[in-house]
Amino acid sequence: MPDKQRLTREQIAQRAALELPDGAYVNLGWGIPNLISDYLPAGITVYFHSENGILGMGRRARAGEEDFDLVDAMKVPVTLVPGASFFNQADAHLMTRGGHLDVAVLGGFQVSEKGDLANWKIPGAKGSGGIGGAMDIASGTKTVVVCMEHTTRDGAPKIVRECTYPLTGLRCVTTIVTDLAVIDVTPGGLCLREVAPQWTAAEVQQLTGAPLKFSASVPEMHLK
Amino acid sequence: MRHKIFSDIDAAIADVPDGARMMFGGFGGAGFPNNLIQALARRGTKDIFAISNNCGTRDGELGILFKLNRIRRIIASFPGPHSNHFQERLAAKEVTIELVPQGILCERMRAAAAGLLGFYTAVGVGTEVAAGKEERLIDGKRCILEMPIHADFAFIKAEKADELGNLTYRLAAQNFNPIMAMAAKTTIVEVEEIVPTGSIDPESVMTPAIFVHRIVQAKGIRYAG
Repeated sequence: MPDKQRLTREQIAQRAALELPDGAYVNLGWGIPNLISDYLPAGITVYFHSENGILGMGRRARAGEEDFDLVDAMKVPVTLVPGASFFNQADAHLMTRGGHLDVAVLGGFQVSEKGDLANWKIPGAKGSGGIGGAMDIASGTKTVVVCMEHTTRDGAPKIVRECTYPLTGLRCVTTIVTDLAVIDVTPGGLCLREVAPQWTAAEVQQLTGAPLKFSASVPEMHLK
Repeated sequence: MRHKIFSDIDAAIADVPDGARMMFGGFGGAGFPNNLIQALARRGTKDIFAISNNCGTRDGELGILFKLNRIRRIIASFPGPHSNHFQERLAAKEVTIELVPQGILCERMRAAAAGLLGFYTAVGVGTEVAAGKEERLIDGKRCILEMPIHADFAFIKAEKADELGNLTYRLAAQNFNPIMAMAAKTTIVEVEEIVPTGSIDPESVMTPAIFVHRIVQAKGIRYAG
């Protein structure tokens, strides 16, 4: 399958944006999820939450309008939308852990067939690693969407039966959006909902480390 | 009448002893008590047990204290991509770290502030964070016991204090500061401005004066990166 195109990071973000319902309160994690705010469909309004105490985060600040007391979780100066609010870090995570957010979109290193997530440390990496807000967010948010490439750079599946990387949370992932597929985690296992344009369900299964359930005709993703 | 205002920042921190347990506010470059941290570096306090979200940004924030090898233990959530002085001390085994999920770090401090002796949470179950912690089922959910985090001192940053120590914060610069202010025995705040008592609308007070013991006015310092 060398000639088949996989989705770009921007296209993964574009597809994941379709998982956000109108009016939702949403937390976006580091990496691909951080691109999603650029791809919200017309007519959809969502309110972005930041773990450092912002609800109603707007676009990134342009040159000249930065205020360094108004940054997102990645330390990037941002703006506010009308109706925004500030609060302390404990209340910010009360919102994540307590199930008050509708959706969190997180990056991932591995997701298991049961929905376990590993996204904070690569085994053997130098230094301390860092957890940040990921465990609170994964634990409490109603819907957790993980955006990641389907396989590692070496071609190993990132969707697996059991995670081998240090875990972020158990049974917390609802949906996985990759450069090849949209997959739902269900009590009965992983269900292949969509495939990337030109890809077949069988080809996606070959690159997945856990069994996928799918119907005879899995629809292709709609991308602009 | 209590007098909380110190005109000399070095005098405000002069009694911080070696081995002190200390909380430091700040997140993402905002709300760090950098003037107080630098005063502590000048004073030479060593063997500090620090509690902070991150572990410094190059020489900035807690970076200077790691560079000078003054911190022996730290509880943190996200050391950060520019915590090079910390990472070097960690590799040399000159400091130990307990990594804590960010919201649980907040709640453990809040438990200390609130006189609670611990709490159960599902966060961290089945991960490295759960190692050595009591686990039980509540309502059929696996959860672990988390203990309070106390401190002798909190160094925090606010925008404005009145002479009694009522505080306000600016934009997203409050982050950990209001929580740490409540959790430490002695809270020392650096502020941009000290205003007369009564000039902050009581409805706008974000940290009530009961939690604030010493006040220093200093122009805030921000470290890029």
